[in-house]
Amino acid sequence: MTRALRDFPGGIQLAGNKGESTSRPSMTAPLPRRVVIPLDQHIGEPARPVVKPGQRVRTGELIGSPEGYLSAGVHASITGEVEAVEERPVPHPSGLPALCVVIAGDGTDEWIPAAAQQTDAMSRGALRRRLREAGIVGLGGAAFPTAVKVNTGPESAVEQLILNGAECEPYISCDEMLMRERAGAVVDGALLLMRALDTRQCLIGVEDNKPEAIETLSAAISTIAAEGVEVVPVPTRYPGGGEKQLIYTLTGKEVPSHGLPADVGVVCQNVGTAAAVHDALRHGRPLVERYVTITGPGVAGPGNVRARIGTPMHELIALCGGYTGDPDRLIMGGPMMGFGLSDDDLPVVKGTNCLLVTTETRFPRPDQAMPCIRCGACTEVCPAGLLPQQLYWHARAKDLDRVRDYDLFDCIECGACAYVCPSHIPLVQYYRFAKSEVRAQEEERHRADIARQRYELRQARLEREQREREEKRQRKKAALREKEKSTEDRKAAVQAALQRKRGEAGTSSQDTSASQDDDG
Amino acid sequence: MLEAILALSVLAGVFGVLLGFGAVRFRVDGDPVVDRIDAILPQTQCGQCNFPGCRPYAQAIAAGEADINQCPPGGEAGVQALADLLGVEPKPLNPDNGTEKAQPTVAWIDESVCIGCTKCIQACPVDAILGAPQQMHTVIRDECTGCDLCVEPCPVDCIYMRPVETDIRNWRWPFPENRIEAAR
Repeated sequence: MTRALRDFPGGIQLAGNKGESTSRPSMTAPLPRRVVIPLDQHIGEPARPVVKPGQRVRTGELIGSPEGYLSAGVHASITGEVEAVEERPVPHPSGLPALCVVIAGDGTDEWIPAAAQQTDAMSRGALRRRLREAGIVGLGGAAFPTAVKVNTGPESAVEQLILNGAECEPYISCDEMLMRERAGAVVDGALLLMRALDTRQCLIGVEDNKPEAIETLSAAISTIAAEGVEVVPVPTRYPGGGEKQLIYTLTGKEVPSHGLPADVGVVCQNVGTAAAVHDALRHGRPLVERYVTITGPGVAGPGNVRARIGTPMHELIALCGGYTGDPDRLIMGGPMMGFGLSDDDLPVVKGTNCLLVTTETRFPRPDQAMPCIRCGACTEVCPAGLLPQQLYWHARAKDLDRVRDYDLFDCIECGACAYVCPSHIPLVQYYRFAKSEVRAQEEERHRADIARQRYELRQARLEREQREREEKRQRKKAALREKEKSTEDRKAAVQAALQRKRGEAGTSSQDTSASQDDDG
Repeated sequence: MLEAILALSVLAGVFGVLLGFGAVRFRVDGDPVVDRIDAILPQTQCGQCNFPGCRPYAQAIAAGEADINQCPPGGEAGVQALADLLGVEPKPLNPDNGTEKAQPTVAWIDESVCIGCTKCIQACPVDAILGAPQQMHTVIRDECTGCDLCVEPCPVDCIYMRPVETDIRNWRWPFPENRIEAAR
């Protein structure tokens, strides 16, 4: 069956360079002796540590409890003893440390007992709760909590689930290997996600440079007899695996600016996430392992590795033959959207899809940036239909209002504009800078609003207290006056009585008794 | 002649009633300019502008009683925003009001020294200090505006202003180094 596909705007053709890492089956990395598991591996609130140093944990045990709505659990990826709960360097563009749980393994890999999973009887809410507890997040790189993504609310009906197996960025092949080796899990995960979303259609978008993956998925669909699930080959063009781009290619629906795919009745998940959903719901296994591509001209034997979360990166690189030639930089992610790491001792996290080791010859350092010549090449390749030039000028001038006018936040940071720029301007760096400035400004404004509210409430409280004190004082004063007045009255009455007595001594006793009555 | 006078009088009466009704019905409560100035001010409530809070300062600016360069926490960017709003020339911060902090700070109480006197609680303009007489006090970090007002009243000097540290949550992407200029 062929499906009418749309063409998203812009995009570029890039050499795939995926063959090096897909020539042999994936390897399972040996159990690491020590893992460092960050508690902040997802978008949203970091998990709260629930283990103490010295405590023994089994594989799959909860070590970080989700905090707040937008969060996900974090689990022990090996069996052993918690060595420390402390700040450690984590893979992040800032190079700053974050709170981690360090576990020293005892080499046994004893799993938590898998609770009986009656997934067929589970309600949608129960499925979501289970995903949240199992720490399932988007494995395409952004690590957005899946439980939140599938909670589209009672109002919006989801027409389609889209599984993203496009994997458009060069060098990365972890999704391809996963689809080839775990197609059954992917398709079953798709069925479970369809249940959680209450939808009947699922499209798996795979770029047509992965024929084996398309074949195995199709075979898995017919074996399981998965109704409503369909594999759709999409043209290979970067960044066709961008969420909005893939949705447009497959359905022709455009996700509105500042909107979510759910606004147009679509939810998009990575194929790896679907497999993780399968593991969590069918086997009770939380997310403690993922496929990682180890590749690049600086690695001797590129390949894909199934690695436990928290494994030091250098162990995986050693597993793939170690460094070769003249390794230059270690990049997490792909050559287009990844970021450089300072150390190969950092742990693999849920968002680590690829480790790319570059060499100076194959990845020359970017040339000196030259002035923008307004050629417009960036505009032609922008897949979001933005004006990268205008964004660049305003971001450079730090004009935060204008960059928002030009819809900076619709930029997916794919890097196509910087790739074609004849002046080698690091455009995406300017956009990232402007985005974080805008976010910081909004955060500041939000804090100012709270401070204003608290200040006004305090002023109101002080005024009220002042008023109440004043009223109390007035009441006391009035009571005192009242009392004084009544004593004076009594004194006057006594005086009057005495005078009367003196004045009319010897007369009839009627008046006297009357005045006595008055006194009483 | 008479018709004209009559017609004009009737028109004047009708419009008078309309305007009078409009003035009552669509009355603007408060001064919108004050609100807009207040929205720009950082709400630190520190009083460095010599007014008892951000709103009083906003009122003074609107009334023309204060200059726009008296708010160090707002910094030069704040002065610029006020100048844009009011259509006046921006000017450098008035050094009499203090200088802009290089880094935002929050108060921190050394709890082993605190004697529970509540003086800082009374000084805090945004109720960001929690405590009771003879009980230890502590600062609610997220609510503290870093105004320094609690430091001075403390009789045992146990309050310190600590810089807000950068972590991976509030880290910002740096401005790309300007390689174009460097090349020249």
